[in-house]
Amino acid sequence: MSEPASHEHNPGRRIGGTLLSVDNISLAFGGVKALTDISFDVREHEIRAIIGPNGAGKSSMLNCINGVYTPQQGRIRFDGQEFQRMDPHKAASMGIARTFQNIALFKGMSVLDNIMTGRMLKMRTNLFLQALYVGPNRREELEHRRHVEHIIDFLQIESVRKTPVGRLPYGVQKRVELGRALAAEPRLLLLDEPMAGMNIEEKQDMCRFVLDVNDEFGTTIVLIEHDMGVVMDISDRVVVLDYGKKIGDGTPGEVRANKAVIDAYLGVAH
Amino acid sequence: MLYREAGQFRTSYEADQQIFPIRQDRIAFALLMAVAVVGVPLFASDYWLTAILIPFLVFALASLGLNILTGYAGQLSLGTAAFMAVGAFAAYNFQLRVPGIPILVSFLLGGASAALVGVAFGLPSLRIKGFYLAVATLAAQFFVPWLLVKVGWFSNYSASGVITAQKIEILGFVFDSPVRRYLLVLAIVALLALAAKNLVRSRIGRAWMAVRDMDVAAEVIGIRIMRTKLIAFAVSSFYCGVAGALYAFAYLGSVEPDAFNLDLSFRILFMVIIGGVGSILGSFLGAAFITLLPILLEVLLHGGAGLLGLNLSPGTPSMMQLVVFGGLIIFFLIVEPHGLARLWQIAKEKLRLWPFPY
Ligand SMILES: Nc1ncnc2c1ncn2[C@@H]1O[C@H](COP(=O)(O)OP(=O)(O)OP(=O)(O)O)[C@@H](O)[C@H]1O
Ligand SMILES: [Mg+2]
Repeated sequence: MSEPASHEHNPGRRIGGTLLSVDNISLAFGGVKALTDISFDVREHEIRAIIGPNGAGKSSMLNCINGVYTPQQGRIRFDGQEFQRMDPHKAASMGIARTFQNIALFKGMSVLDNIMTGRMLKMRTNLFLQALYVGPNRREELEHRRHVEHIIDFLQIESVRKTPVGRLPYGVQKRVELGRALAAEPRLLLLDEPMAGMNIEEKQDMCRFVLDVNDEFGTTIVLIEHDMGVVMDISDRVVVLDYGKKIGDGTPGEVRANKAVIDAYLGVAH
Repeated sequence: MLYREAGQFRTSYEADQQIFPIRQDRIAFALLMAVAVVGVPLFASDYWLTAILIPFLVFALASLGLNILTGYAGQLSLGTAAFMAVGAFAAYNFQLRVPGIPILVSFLLGGASAALVGVAFGLPSLRIKGFYLAVATLAAQFFVPWLLVKVGWFSNYSASGVITAQKIEILGFVFDSPVRRYLLVLAIVALLALAAKNLVRSRIGRAWMAVRDMDVAAEVIGIRIMRTKLIAFAVSSFYCGVAGALYAFAYLGSVEPDAFNLDLSFRILFMVIIGGVGSILGSFLGAAFITLLPILLEVLLHGGAGLLGLNLSPGTPSMMQLVVFGGLIIFFLIVEPHGLARLWQIAKEKLRLWPFPY
C-alpha cells in the first residue's frame, strides 16, 4: 500500500450527489444547547470532516444522524428519504455504521465475534436452525466468517482474532471497532475520533485504512478529528462547529482561511 | 505431555468453527460420553444414580438455562426455580388432561409454558437493569409457587398442591428403573446442551453478548435490544422449564410447589457463579461441584471427627456446607468471576505450552 498521501488528486474517485443532508438540527439537554440550527450535507463517496473545540457538539451531531439522540428540531435526509427522527435500527438497516469516541466494543467477546456481530443485519436464519447449527445456518456462518476474515486481513489483526477484545491494547481496539463497522458494508460510515490517543504510526495506519475504505469500497465517511494535519490531509470538505453552532464549512483550504474558525481555535489554545 | 495441537492446522473456517477444534478435546469428550452412556449404567449403584447423577444432570440443565440469561445475555434473574415449577406443573397437567399425549411432548410443552411465563416476567428487563431486575424476577419467585398452591386445579386438587408425576413411557418402553431414567435424562440434557452451544455460537448468541457488553453499540449495529432480551428470557426459561419437568418426573417423582423456592433459585445461581458465568461447560462444572460438595464435606467431616474422636452435632454438616458455599461464592466473585470453567481453560493453556513456559 502507498503512503497516506492526500487523495484530493485521486482521479479514480468520483464524488456523487448528496447522500445525507441535515437541515436545521437543534438539540438541547435541559438547558444545555448542544446543537443550534445546524445544516450541512454529505456527498456520496466523499470524506467529510467535522471539527471543533471540545464540547462543540460534534459527537452529538453523529448521534443525531444515526438516531441515538433525537433532535428537538430539524430534519435528516438520507438516501432520498426524510426523517423527523432517525432510530438506530432504521439507520443501521439503511446502511449507516459508526464507531464511538470512547471505544464501545463488546469486551467479553473475541475480535472475530465482535466483527461478526457487525454483520448481524445481513444474517437471516431463524432461531431453530441456529440451535441445530445445520444446513442454512452453518452455511451462513461460514459465508459471513469468510467476509469477516477479509476485514481482519485488511486491518492486519489476524494474530488476535480469537482474543477477547478487553485484553487488547487501545490502538488495536480502535481498529477492531472500525472492523465491526465495516462488517456491515455501510454506505455511510461515521467515525468519532478514530485516531484519538494514538501515536504517529498508529495514526498513519488508521489514516490509510480510512482512505482505503473510501477508495476501494466507495464508502462515504463522516469523520470527527482533532488532529488538524490529518483533517487537512484526508478530508474533502470540513464542517466547523463551535458551542453548538456551525461557524465554517468548505474545503480544508477555505476553512483554514476562515476568520471565525481561526478565532475559535485560538480561543481554545490549540 | 499429550495435550498438543502441534501439527493440527485448521485449514478451513469450517474446521475452525467446530465445537472442539483440537483433536485431544474431541477424544476426551468422546471418552466422557462413553463413560456416561456405557460405564455409568454398568457400574453405578442405584444410590449414585438417583441421589447424585440424575439431580446433577437436572441442575446442570437449569444452570444452563440461567447461564443463557445471566451469563450470555447479562440479565440477572432470581426466578429460576419459579420457571422450573411452571415446567413441572405444566408437564404434569398436559399428561393429566390431554389423553394419549407423549411424555416428551409434555416435557416440551412444559418448557414452552415456562418460556411464556419467563417472557412475561422478563418484560421489566426492558426498563430496568441489574439489581433492580433481580428484584423484579423475585416477584416470579414468590408469585408462581403461591399461585400453584392457591389454585387447586394445577395440582388436580391434591393436598398442599403436591403432584405425583405420571410414569414415563415412550413408545411402550417404561422408564421405571434408575438406570433407565438416568439415560433418558442424560439424552435430553445432552441434546439441549448441544443446542445451547449452537445458539451461543450463532447470531443470537452474539446478539445476547452484545446486549450484555454494550447495549448502545448493539443498538447502533441494528440489534433490537428488547426482542433480544425477551428471546433470552424465553430460551432460558424453556431450559429451566424442561429441567423442572425432569426434576419432578425423573428425580423426585412427587413434588410440591414449595420445593421450587428461593433456595433452589439461589442454589442454581451459585452453580452458575462457581461453574462459570457465560460458559456452557461451566454450567456442568458448577452443577457437579454443588451436587458433590455436600457428600464430600460429609465424608471429610465424619472422617475428621472420627480421627479426632469428636462427637458431631447433627446440624454441623449442613452448617459447614453453608460456610463453604459462602466462602466459595465470595472467592469466585472476587478472584475468578469466570469460575471453574475459566480455571479449567487456564490449566489447559498451561498444559498446551508445558514444559516450555512461553
Ligand atoms: N447525553 C448527554 N446528556 C447531557 N449533556 C450532553 C449529552 N451529550 C452531550 N452533552 C453536552 O452537549 C455538549 C456537546 O457535547 P459533545 O459530546 O457533542 O461535544 P464534542 O464536540 O463531541 O466534544 P469532544 O471534542 O470533547 O468530544 C456538551 O456541553 C455536553 O456536555
Ligand atoms: Mg465528542
